[in-house]
Amino acid sequence: MSLSQGIVELIEDAAHRDGFASVRTVWLEIGKLASVETQSLRFCFDVATRGSCAEGARLEIVATPGRAWCLACSQAVTIDDALADCPLCGSRQVQVTGGTDMRVKELEVE
Amino acid sequence: MCTTCGCGSNEVRLEGAALTPHDHDHDHDHDHGHDHGHGHLHMHVPHDEHGFAQVPWAPHAPAPMGTRIVQMERDILEKNNRYAAANRTEFTARGVQALNLMSSPGSGKTTLLVKTIESLRDARPIAVIEGDQETTRDAERIRATGAPALQINTGKGCHLDAQAVGHAIAELPLHPGGLLLIENVGNLVCPAAFDLGEAHKVVVLSVTEGEDKPLKYPDMFRAASLLLLNKCDLLPYLEFDVGFAIECAHRVNPGLPVIQISAKTGAGMPEWLAWIESERHASVLAHGI
Repeated sequence: MSLSQGIVELIEDAAHRDGFASVRTVWLEIGKLASVETQSLRFCFDVATRGSCAEGARLEIVATPGRAWCLACSQAVTIDDALADCPLCGSRQVQVTGGTDMRVKELEVE
Repeated sequence: MCTTCGCGSNEVRLEGAALTPHDHDHDHDHDHGHDHGHGHLHMHVPHDEHGFAQVPWAPHAPAPMGTRIVQMERDILEKNNRYAAANRTEFTARGVQALNLMSSPGSGKTTLLVKTIESLRDARPIAVIEGDQETTRDAERIRATGAPALQINTGKGCHLDAQAVGHAIAELPLHPGGLLLIENVGNLVCPAAFDLGEAHKVVVLSVTEGEDKPLKYPDMFRAASLLLLNKCDLLPYLEFDVGFAIECAHRVNPGLPVIQISAKTGAGMPEWLAWIESERHASVLAHGI
């Protein structure tokens, strides 16, 4: 819920500075390793946007890849799951380096 | 994360007094780190022959004409991160080492803090911020040691946020060379995502819990700089596999230092105190504090 409130604050902030009255679509970029339940996020988004300029807006969530560094084979790898083994060498010594971010990418407004 | 637990953040109280967006003076010299004119570039959206907007990167259905796209590129946790950066600047300026302790409820965090304060209070000034949904019981336990403590009650919130911590540090006596211990709300999920401006996150796992907690709640163990395996005095009476617990922790955070400790008997306390001291020295070398 805090995340959804954060999204609404960013949107209201942008509406104030950018002079738009309502939001049709919100695009989010959510890293695959961000541990966000997108179903819950959609539900909370609907609740949090009520009474705001984003009420009724469509929520589009774009998943960005999880990135990690394998300590065993010393290479950057792409993983879909925070507990994944290295896809190259199978090692468990994998340190997450990216794909945990949550961003409001852009808005379609009118 | 809070999208899972559905917690709210509108009922935060500092020692019983409500925090609202307008009743504080924490808007002073935040280093906002962003330009207020930035991030809102208007874009003329190209439209195709059907009158639909074409946004090159997004895999979405085209938008009808008459609308426009506003570029945002803003982190959802930006507001919290801004307050956290301000707290971090404040800690550095005041020469205070801040540690954020996180765990499930009942892992023994408060007892660990009491013992830590008793061991260190003659060596350096210590202050404590206690986070709980309700009651000031933990802050009272800390104050009984003689250390100043403030209680943040998060109401329906399941984690401390940087803004509430900012209010607390404005009221706590923090001295150069001091140690600020922040006991987060007992929760292995959401506190991991909310930076408070601390130097390090320390996760406490007690041996009365499952060895596989790091696999079940990986974000918390990944965010931590140290794992304290607490209540180790109970190991003879349990079937807890220490080696497997550490293996699980290293699966999500390879290289995470682990200290086996018992706040009750004092076993492992010297290693924990030495870790605090070595991190303080590392910070002195890095930041001159």
